Amino acid sequence: MTTVSTAPEVTPGHRPSEHLPSLARLTAVELRKLVDTRAGRWLLITIGLISAVIVLLLLVYAEAPEQNFTIFFTTALLPIGVLLPVLGILSITSEWSQRTALTTFALVPRRERVITAKLVAVVLAALGAVLSSLAFAAVGTAIAGATGGAGTWRIEAALVAHAVVFQVASVLMGAGFGLLLLNTPLAIVSYLVLPIIWSIVGELVRPLNRAAEWLDTGRTMEPLFTAEVTAGQWQRLVVSLLLWLVVPVVAGMVRTMRREVA
Amino acid sequence: MIAVHQLTRRYGRHTAVEDVSFHCEPGTVTGFLGPNGAGKSTTMRMICGLTPPTSGTATVDGRPYRHLPNPGRIVGVLLDASAQHAGRTGREALTVAAATMGVDRRRVGEVLDRVGLGPAAARRRVRAYSLGMRQRLGLAHALLGDPRVLVLDEPANGLDPEGIFWMRGLLRDFADRGGTVLLSSHLLREVEAVADRLVVIGGGRIVAQGGKDELLAGAGTVVRARDGAALRAALQRAGLTVSEGSEGLLVGADTDAVGEVARTAGVALSELRPAGGGGLEQLFLTLTATAPGPVTHSTTSAEPTGEVVR
Repeated sequence: MTTVSTAPEVTPGHRPSEHLPSLARLTAVELRKLVDTRAGRWLLITIGLISAVIVLLLLVYAEAPEQNFTIFFTTALLPIGVLLPVLGILSITSEWSQRTALTTFALVPRRERVITAKLVAVVLAALGAVLSSLAFAAVGTAIAGATGGAGTWRIEAALVAHAVVFQVASVLMGAGFGLLLLNTPLAIVSYLVLPIIWSIVGELVRPLNRAAEWLDTGRTMEPLFTAEVTAGQWQRLVVSLLLWLVVPVVAGMVRTMRREVA
Repeated sequence: MIAVHQLTRRYGRHTAVEDVSFHCEPGTVTGFLGPNGAGKSTTMRMICGLTPPTSGTATVDGRPYRHLPNPGRIVGVLLDASAQHAGRTGREALTVAAATMGVDRRRVGEVLDRVGLGPAAARRRVRAYSLGMRQRLGLAHALLGDPRVLVLDEPANGLDPEGIFWMRGLLRDFADRGGTVLLSSHLLREVEAVADRLVVIGGGRIVAQGGKDELLAGAGTVVRARDGAALRAALQRAGLTVSEGSEGLLVGADTDAVGEVARTAGVALSELRPAGGGGLEQLFLTLTATAPGPVTHSTTSAEPTGEVVR
């Protein structure tokens, strides 16, 4: 019989440390990276503050019946929906502009895992934004109730669900633009300007009018601000998101996988 | 260990790296030498799976880098000290990497100490770091996962002489404990002091490789005698190549052979030694200057050209 070694045998390929980092671990890392720089932290704080400021403005200037939970919540949706995509873009493009892609992909050479973790992280951030909107709306409603506003708490559950769809789709569209363009200013400007141009062209050029009804996210996402979304509206939303969300994410994923990191 | 087999990388019509093969064994420091633009960084990026090779393979620990499940625990990589987010603190940059690798957070403090970045420096943002501090942070990053292999691209860049001396000791110690080190430099003296083996690249191709001593011996011997003319004549009679160096005669043979010749000729020597650093420098300059291939027109074809031949 051979002697039993006291120290555990360390054979290459079987060290416990050689496991793939789990997606949960990578997501936690990406969440940390969203907040550990000044730019990311302030972007998140700003997103939070927007709800607070909007609630405050409504408390001061809105008519008493308007000072209710639903209005507090829905008014903050759009401005937050403009900033969340910037967070999505930055989480992807800062790896390239700050050249951290070199260290990130050296540590995790399966790049699709890093990208998936980033997408999950920004979706979690979007859900967090909806939660913080709800919290600020609740504070606003309580104050309104005490200061002569309507202060009614009623909100349709569907409205909250639609808000989640809107914010998650927005942040993923931003991430898709970031993945595809891999350059911060280019991605932000394209993300903000392209849909506007599309809207204008869709309005002006009559033959495109019908296409715009299906492909202009400005129009297809509008119903999400209400509690009622018809089947036809869902269809249009899905079609427009295929173009503005799925295509950029998939094409960007392919591009990032193949790109030389230098 | 690292095994590079016939790696080639082309950008359009420009060949950055061509048919490069070499091995790095455990317990050794391999110096990867070449002038700027010779293909050192491209080769190292290919080893680390960051640049896809046009052809050829590279493995670390027997596997292609991209197949390593958690590469940070096997191979420490420092390819560019500036590739850190300027807005993160040094400590945060390492904490993020430690979390990715699943390394204990305490290890961050250990490696920061090891590379000489004190608590005050670690709290500062990387934006405020000097190049030398960034190199130290990069080295800490490479050591973080307690790897067995190190791949370092120009790590001495920006370090002061004391820092260079310190890094030499660190790498020597790493190799002596069984680690494998691949270290690139365009500074000969830097690599010469610490490397066991040398791989010299010029114009994208390997122009020389082997043990350092072997390559140095090949570079010849410096010899001096009061009667220089007699010595020179004797060496030439023996069929050795002799040239006039700044510090004496430079002979294309090892010290044993030169000593023999001098004794037979009855010439008293005042100095006899391997050409050493100067010889290597000579070797380096000649090898890279006469390197075949794209080195001569690399400046014009470095820009990616539009027409890619597929």
